[in-house]
Amino acid sequence: MTDIATATAAASIGLPEETRTDDGPRGPRPVRALSRRNIMLYGTLIVVSIYYLLPLYVMVVTSLKGMPEIRVGNVFSPPLEITFQPWVKAWGEACTGLNCDGLSRGFWNSVRITIPSVIVSIAIASVNGYGLANWRFKGDNFFFTILIFGAFIPYQVMLYPVVIILREIGLYGSLTGLVIVHSVFGMPILTLLFRNYFTSLPEELFKAARVDGAGYWGIYFRIMLPMSLPIFVVAMIIQVTGIWNDFLFGTVYTKPDFWPMTVQLNNIVNSVQGVKEYNVNMAATLLTGLVPLVIYFVSGKLFVRGIAAGAVKG
Amino acid sequence: MHSVSIRDVSLNFGAVRVLEKLNLDVGEGEFLVLLGPSGCGKSTLLNCIAGLLDVSDGQIFINGKNVTWEQPKDRGIGMVFQSYALYPQMTVEGNLSFGLKNQGVPRAEIRERVDRAAKMLQIEPYLQRKPAHLSGGQRQRVAIGRALVREAGVFLFDEPLSNLDAKLRSELRVELKRLHQKLAHNTMIYVTHDQIEALTLADRIAVMKGGVIQQLADPHTIYNRPSNLYVAGFIGSPSMSFLDGDIVAKGDGHVFRIGENEIPLDGYVADNAIRPEAEAVFGVRPEHVEIVPEDQESASAIYPGTVDLDEPMGADSLVWITFAGQTLSARVDSSRRFSPGEKVRLGFNLSLASIFDKQTENRM
Amino acid sequence: MASGRPNQLFRNKTAKIAAIPMILTAMVVFIGGTGWTVVYSFTKSKLLPKLEWVGLDQYERLWNTNRWIVSIENLAVYGLSMLVLSFVIGFLLAALMDQKIRFENTFRTIMLYPFALSFIVTGLVWQWLLNPEFGIQGIVRDLGWENFAFDPLYNADLAIFGVMLAALWQGSGLVMVLMLAGLRGIDEEIWKAARIDGIPTWKTYLFIIIPMLRPVFITALVLITSGIIRVYDLVVAQTSGGPGLATEMPAKYVYDYMFRAQNLGQAFAASTMMLLAVLVVVVPWAMMEFGGRKND
Repeated sequence: MTDIATATAAASIGLPEETRTDDGPRGPRPVRALSRRNIMLYGTLIVVSIYYLLPLYVMVVTSLKGMPEIRVGNVFSPPLEITFQPWVKAWGEACTGLNCDGLSRGFWNSVRITIPSVIVSIAIASVNGYGLANWRFKGDNFFFTILIFGAFIPYQVMLYPVVIILREIGLYGSLTGLVIVHSVFGMPILTLLFRNYFTSLPEELFKAARVDGAGYWGIYFRIMLPMSLPIFVVAMIIQVTGIWNDFLFGTVYTKPDFWPMTVQLNNIVNSVQGVKEYNVNMAATLLTGLVPLVIYFVSGKLFVRGIAAGAVKG
Repeated sequence: MHSVSIRDVSLNFGAVRVLEKLNLDVGEGEFLVLLGPSGCGKSTLLNCIAGLLDVSDGQIFINGKNVTWEQPKDRGIGMVFQSYALYPQMTVEGNLSFGLKNQGVPRAEIRERVDRAAKMLQIEPYLQRKPAHLSGGQRQRVAIGRALVREAGVFLFDEPLSNLDAKLRSELRVELKRLHQKLAHNTMIYVTHDQIEALTLADRIAVMKGGVIQQLADPHTIYNRPSNLYVAGFIGSPSMSFLDGDIVAKGDGHVFRIGENEIPLDGYVADNAIRPEAEAVFGVRPEHVEIVPEDQESASAIYPGTVDLDEPMGADSLVWITFAGQTLSARVDSSRRFSPGEKVRLGFNLSLASIFDKQTENRM
Repeated sequence: MASGRPNQLFRNKTAKIAAIPMILTAMVVFIGGTGWTVVYSFTKSKLLPKLEWVGLDQYERLWNTNRWIVSIENLAVYGLSMLVLSFVIGFLLAALMDQKIRFENTFRTIMLYPFALSFIVTGLVWQWLLNPEFGIQGIVRDLGWENFAFDPLYNADLAIFGVMLAALWQGSGLVMVLMLAGLRGIDEEIWKAARIDGIPTWKTYLFIIIPMLRPVFITALVLITSGIIRVYDLVVAQTSGGPGLATEMPAKYVYDYMFRAQNLGQAFAASTMMLLAVLVVVVPWAMMEFGGRKND
């Protein structure tokens, strides 16, 4: 449009094209903040954001209302009278079919499961990745390929054999057993993550360290570890959220005494006894989601990087 | 006694033969350059000497000791890498002393050796810095220092200057040469694909291709009497011109016949007996070709040619000429200009030319 | 005076010892466990596994069980719509995010946070949101539309889509992030060339960008599919498989027969079927991804 306008303007004064310097567009092209494109773009993004945010909002407001208010209102209305009673109850008093300790028992179980599982699984997988990247031996790729395939095998297929293995070594139902299970099933993705990372480090660094007389563990601890802190953080994020959110292994491989928070939560909310206390349920749900949410919001970009790493790329 | 000796070394990666029954002796204090294009096996050979790769066959001796099965740290070598390979989390001092600590050298001695190396390489001011805060040239000095403190006697360089820009590269080249003069008893084996580095630094050059050493000689010989067509084409920039023709016996001697022209081989320095009635390749470097305008009288420039292209390169120009249907180049002072299509006369400096057997590709 | 050539088995000894956990996991758990389950799916195992061969009986019974058939149908409906919607939504969101928008980080954070939450949490929230009395249906009715009906979790025909709504909420951010990474990986100059040629944006996406994103699509396909086949926690938390059999899934079938009905043979046969389904997707992908590379 503007091009045609200037062309006609120049022609009408009868100037040759080259001398058209005074009139016509000049300087930066005008930008309108509220163009139709922008309204549609940001409008869509805001609507989409509401869809994603709504459940979080509903969880928060429901958990802050009293039961009478819930019965008369709707899930979206903000609480008229804020009460923290549901949170207290969800934490310490809510009942599952078995006990009335609330979520706190599950929380501490989850802590006791997650910490050693994260440490052990990352320790094993980082050594695997380091070996695969730097200390090749015949057949190592064969085991690695099986490991990666294992990432796709539905857990249901291996569920029972693992029960038998754990029973044979006397760890079925124990915390140690569950730590082993998490280390085993977390191994494919973490090994891949570490292998790719260590492969991306310059090989000459490894050679230089060997000329300098460092061995397998010397190079791992003195050269590789100090260089790889970011990837360890990524691995920690993957593992803490993954293990904290686990439900299946928690139910299959532990006794009720050791049930993690997710299992405890499901039992509280879906227990059929008594009146449904929606506010307590939502408080409990929020409490369970809190740990991964905090990790997510604190870690930001690293979380995204962890996800991209999980998106299997040989 | 040889400082490094390689005996019949072969290396296979699966079915691929990377090194082919190699033999090489490097004298004490010698600066040997392994030169070749990427994939020729030069870095592989260096890694074998360092013990970073196991050989499939053959033996390696360093300072008279068979080290074929030794770990890298026990071989008595220091190594400098292309990417410097400095440990990023350690200071310069930490980098220099890491290997010595692993060897269990007493602390006082480590201090002393690090100081000596730092002084020699002028990196004392940076000893407490991390590699990330150093320039490329400084990093490479630290990398050299790391090899130096080992006081091993044998230095292995794996393309140490390739990551630097052109200006810094020529500066460090000079420094390396000085360093070698200072450390006269230290043997250096230096891998590069850069012929200028090879020609300026080396006492001897081993030109490699396909896992085989093509020629092993001092730089002058490599440049002026390349043993085969490959070496002749690889060394020299701008590269040697090759003209196809054949050898004919004439009178007492031989001539090289190309089209209707006959070039007498009177001043030629032969390596092998010249075989007449053979197809051959005449190789001549641009600076050994003389050109004069057609109308100018000259005793030496007598062969007719036509100018294709005049390519100025600063101090001199490269003139591309069609001669008997083939193309060759000549190097002339850049003040002389030629225009395409111009008729000229050519002359060749026979004492610095090479003739190769077309079949064996070896120099005659 | 060279030290003796080390025995081949003990070369790199430390590296091999350090790899033992990986080797055990690969060989004992993944290969051994999978093989064990497949073998025992041909036995009469009930409460305990025992090697009494019954041939294909378990599979015959499996495919004659109404609950299994319904589970498969549910999975097919859920899987297909989930796959299509994940791709469409994920790609559209990624394309939106790629318009050099402001607050990109904020929007991404909002779309991705559900992925950090467990399926249990996801299921329970959406159970509450879709509660006919207090949830979305209740609100719309309060606003005056007395006959408005939106109670997917209590309507057997719709329940599976109620589960899908939750699954999309949880997982679509991931697909978006993957595809956005793919879009960002495309050479800027492709866009410049398209602009100079005057190709409209939507056409550029459709005919130039999408074909270039093939590797990302394949990765997303594999991830989404293996997630679909595994779906278990979400259903347990949100609907417990109900109403009726409306949201039963194969993974839940396996679990229930394994630990509740104590009919191991059935569970093994069902999980072997799941394995087959995954192999159908993963093997061709692996051949393309890793097999082709050797020929390059």
